[in-house]
Amino acid sequence: MSTDQIYLRAADSWRELFSGSKPLIMVGAATCGRSAGALNVMKAVREETGMRNIDCNIREVGCIGLCYAEPVVYISNPGEPLVLYGKVSTGMVPELLSRHIENKQLLKESVLGSIGEKRLDGVPDLFDTPVLKPQVRKVLNNCGIIDPEDIDHYLANKGYSGLIKALGIPPEDVIEEIRESGLRGRGGAGFPTWKKWQYCREAEGEPKYLVCNADEGDPGAFMNRSLLEGDPHAMIEGLVIAGYAIGAGQAYIYCRAEYPLAIERINKAISQARDYNFLGSRICNTDFDFDIRVKEGAGAFVCGEETALIASIEGKRGMPRPRPPYPALSGLWGRPTVINNVETICLVAKIMQNGVSWFNRYGTEKSRGTKSFSLVGNIKNTGLIEVPLGTTLREIIFDIGGGTPGTDSFKAVQTGGPSGGCVPAGMLDLGVDYESLTQAGTIMGSGGLVVMDQGSCMVDVARYFLDFAQKESCGKCIPCRLGTKQMLAILDDIVHGKGTPGDIDLLEKTGEAVKKGSLCGLGQTAPNPVLTTIRYFRDEYESHIIDHECKAKVCRALYYYKIIQEKCVGCQSCYHGCPVESITGEPRKPHAIIQEYCLKCGICFERCPQRFSAVDRIPGKSVIL
Amino acid sequence: MKDNIDEILQEFQPKEEELIPVLQKVQVSQGFISLPAMSRIAAYLNIPESKVFSVATFYEQFRFVPKGKKHIMLCRGTACHVKNAPRILEEIEKQIGIKSGETGEDGEFSLEEVACIGACSLAPCIVVNDEVKGNLTPQTVRRMFRNSNIKDDK
Repeated sequence: MSTDQIYLRAADSWRELFSGSKPLIMVGAATCGRSAGALNVMKAVREETGMRNIDCNIREVGCIGLCYAEPVVYISNPGEPLVLYGKVSTGMVPELLSRHIENKQLLKESVLGSIGEKRLDGVPDLFDTPVLKPQVRKVLNNCGIIDPEDIDHYLANKGYSGLIKALGIPPEDVIEEIRESGLRGRGGAGFPTWKKWQYCREAEGEPKYLVCNADEGDPGAFMNRSLLEGDPHAMIEGLVIAGYAIGAGQAYIYCRAEYPLAIERINKAISQARDYNFLGSRICNTDFDFDIRVKEGAGAFVCGEETALIASIEGKRGMPRPRPPYPALSGLWGRPTVINNVETICLVAKIMQNGVSWFNRYGTEKSRGTKSFSLVGNIKNTGLIEVPLGTTLREIIFDIGGGTPGTDSFKAVQTGGPSGGCVPAGMLDLGVDYESLTQAGTIMGSGGLVVMDQGSCMVDVARYFLDFAQKESCGKCIPCRLGTKQMLAILDDIVHGKGTPGDIDLLEKTGEAVKKGSLCGLGQTAPNPVLTTIRYFRDEYESHIIDHECKAKVCRALYYYKIIQEKCVGCQSCYHGCPVESITGEPRKPHAIIQEYCLKCGICFERCPQRFSAVDRIPGKSVIL
Repeated sequence: MKDNIDEILQEFQPKEEELIPVLQKVQVSQGFISLPAMSRIAAYLNIPESKVFSVATFYEQFRFVPKGKKHIMLCRGTACHVKNAPRILEEIEKQIGIKSGETGEDGEFSLEEVACIGACSLAPCIVVNDEVKGNLTPQTVRRMFRNSNIKDDK
């Protein structure tokens, strides 16, 4: 079949699905949707449509990014736009089908919005709703819209046209296009993608290799997973383009084993791409041969560092080595190697498909384009978002994320995972781009944004990240191996109420030393969470050390439980729940906690019926009467 | 358990770069990696046993004791942490009577803490035999594992 025929057929099947004669039902079934029960919803949809003899198309799609509304179901009747329903339970499926398809009515209370040019009365355009309006979906344009396991869907949305365009021009011109686009590495460091490619292209040594870093290890980040699960062909296309540009014949995708669905979808996409001659030998009838192999990571955070990643692909312990030489000159098996992040590679495909200005008219002068972020933690609308670089944290957290849930107000946002830092409420008007985040003491990282409210203790957060970095330190260089250990010991003392006044200075000094002396990115950035929290939340460290108080009531040694006599009615819920019998009191009379015995397990706090809320946590060390 | 290590080895070329994929496949089939398995892998790939041991112990993924029938993985990602994961861990440990990193004597449960599983929107969450359970509270955990603890303490 010729390329034209392939595209015609893909366009036909796409049109038939979305504008055809049958109703269409799609279920968002990426990992996040599945965890929320999407597969059960899918099963219910199949059973129920079968029972009601509804003749329709049913498809699985990736994640549209509205995690807080999972599982989501899209339904359209012929000639009408797709309507997106949120928080669909299996129990709701019969009513949903009967209303929307059989009676052409909406299940109003669950409608999120509609997708498509046509409008339905009373249903907003999904992309005009507060969560999506400020977003610009470039790399995520297909996620949650196309069926990721159907190459025709990708083709019908300009898929592989970027590759065909690239193969029609010299490799140098491809690099030039990427240079013009201003694309910088989306893995965190922000190195210009074209430069990396150029170095590798000009480097001596054959064969050259391309590696896609899909070892998304930052806790709190899942952008790459969603991309791989929702639009795997974009990565395949991007890899072939990048391989052509640098002159490589073989690519490795290094994907973490914790992402089984992503790996399954990549493998499916690879075999489909091979069938369509977008991969393999003589791609699209040119002289270019290129192949891709998937390597699964084995659970080592440090393998996100490029030299460690190379060691791991070679079958060794994933330990970094000093740079230079940079991998672009001497990488996998000593050959020139380019390592790009998943999002970078997907953007390459989309820039080639849509042209440079489609991408670089967004963003700031030095940080062009858009960036995807995972917005999680104490936030109303958790989800996967994409915004132009330079968008302020305030817009991201409050306009898109809807602010914090509950009564606690916003305290800080953590960017860049264990290598990043915490940005306080006072800096919410900071535009998110590579330079401004670095200035604030943190980094862009791969794009995890973890929002914290007043219920989060910044000392505990710093301890958490340092604990992570310390456990993941490969142990090769001493500043990282011992420095993080010492810093952790100091933080442990502080959260256990044993801190001393010199601790803050000592943390800062040790942190600076670890940053300067460590071999790789892990150690060089590991102190960031501690240093930024000291910089912006010094008062919290001081209240832990001097007043022995954890105001957020997180550090167990620095708060205690108390029964408020006026509120307690003596229902005895706490009395029966306490594992160490530290609660006294007669039925229907106020109870009290014997502080000497109390383990601070919190069971009394959880068991006290909400209408009484008589058990409270008080910052400070318990006063033993 | 069927010993199919030889069959697994045959699927791979005898090159050092295949070490991690081989270990992964052996673990999927056997549930863990035994010392004899490591010796045979070393012989097949023609690398020292010490190297196989060194690589296998470097990566978190590999385990050297069998899993329980119900394998519980607790996510220790950031979102889970700020949403009370430490308390969830404590409750699970209490309910099933083993600590993180252990397999119970009766082989019923094993429990481990894992790096972020990327289901942050459902934080705090655990994975029980590949099934993610999210938005946990100490109460839901108690309900989930109630009476699983043989040495009931009350």
